[in-house]
Amino acid sequence: MCLAIPVRIEALIDAERALADIGGVRKEINIALVDDLSVGDYVILHVGYALNKLDPEEAARTLALFEELGQLQEAYDEAQAGEGGA
Amino acid sequence: MKYVDEFRDGEKARALAEQIRKEADPARRYHLMEFCGGHTHAIFRYGIPGLLPENVRLIHGPGCPVCVLPIGRLDMAIALARRPEVILCTYGDMLRVPGSGRESLMKVRAEGTDVRMLYSPADALKIAQQNPDKEVVFFAIGFETTTPPTALVIDQAAKLGLKNFSVFCNHVLTPAAMHAILNTPEADSGALELDGFIGPAHVSTVIGSAPYEPFPQQYKRPVVIAGFEPLDVLQAILMLIRQLNDGRCEVENEFIRAVSREGNLKAQAAVSRVLELRASFEWRGLGAIPESALQIRSEYAEFDAEKRFGVEQLHGRENKACECPSILRGVKNPRDCVLFGDPCTPDNPLGSCMVSSEGACAAYYSYGRFSEGRIPAEELRA
Ligand code: SF4
Repeated sequence: MCLAIPVRIEALIDAERALADIGGVRKEINIALVDDLSVGDYVILHVGYALNKLDPEEAARTLALFEELGQLQEAYDEAQAGEGGA
Repeated sequence: MKYVDEFRDGEKARALAEQIRKEADPARRYHLMEFCGGHTHAIFRYGIPGLLPENVRLIHGPGCPVCVLPIGRLDMAIALARRPEVILCTYGDMLRVPGSGRESLMKVRAEGTDVRMLYSPADALKIAQQNPDKEVVFFAIGFETTTPPTALVIDQAAKLGLKNFSVFCNHVLTPAAMHAILNTPEADSGALELDGFIGPAHVSTVIGSAPYEPFPQQYKRPVVIAGFEPLDVLQAILMLIRQLNDGRCEVENEFIRAVSREGNLKAQAAVSRVLELRASFEWRGLGAIPESALQIRSEYAEFDAEKRFGVEQLHGRENKACECPSILRGVKNPRDCVLFGDPCTPDNPLGSCMVSSEGACAAYYSYGRFSEGRIPAEELRA
């Protein structure tokens, strides 16, 4: 019941309401808890209320970390395979 | 879905799992508690225990609001629902939780009382406006994630001058429960094996990371706040293992895309305008914890269902064979319960941990096949 999902703001109605894309459907959500929203921002939506904005730069940074790890893993696997073949 | 799919990539999950195996010291064991039921659910849904080496163990914490609500409070909600003038509204999971004598809101509804399931607390206001001759009571439960919407709804009811709306407030606090877990008799005796916490995702978007700072300082337990997707959880496990290996003990934040140190100040202000600390609140499994829950401020007393209806404090009768209390303290596993799977199932829950998908028993039951066997390292690499 604590589940919350990231949704994209499609249109602002007033200071407390916006339309968001929820699984392809536009729905009205309450944005009274989050300041300075613009169309295109992503928010975490919980029981009809936006709880916080998602920071795209920080998200990219976290993903880059995983990317790096994946590449390390590949290099490691290749090295292992190389050793095995020698 | 953006910000979801990228954090579920199977390839990267395997790379993370492999890294965990490389860095986990075979000479020691790592007992990591995911506090939050949202993590418990994700961990089982994505088979994370199977990806971990034998010496990295996950313990399921009490962060499931449905699970920790004591039976007495549920009995009080049932008593409210039985009042002929009341329409009781609550979140879906609460309908199925067994109260004393295995009564539930669902059963009470079948008796002809008006109990309604809500998606959003804002809907309770609409129901109140549509039913001026009825008393609409919102049975509010939840941790810090769910609290700001409840506070806004009470504030809005005041602005609208609604005379037939009130809230039965059962909002509880995460840090208080973490303190309680580290102060049980089992924690004192060493029976609780716990080396670090995976901190909640959405709770932390509201409260920030600062409230976790006492845990490394006071109890020498590191905390890593993590998002709810499988890569987030694996990354947090890796970060905890690194802290423990390095002898570091701090609060780290894996969920930086949504959590800051101070949290959402606007949401915190909305909550403290309407709600205040309760002197003490009873938790299933953890007992009475001081300042661990919120109540409605006296300025908003007319919206407090406990005051409006003079609800008597009930204590409830636990099902003695149900192990939920020990599971919620992190010292037992759902499989330790003789009722698990037969007769207790999600369709026929005998305890609260089998009701919500965030409860440990329900997660074990639904995804249990992943939880036992560990995937051998060779297969992981293949
Ligand atoms: S299996 Fe059912 S009865 Fe046993 S601990 Fe879990 S919820 Fe309680």
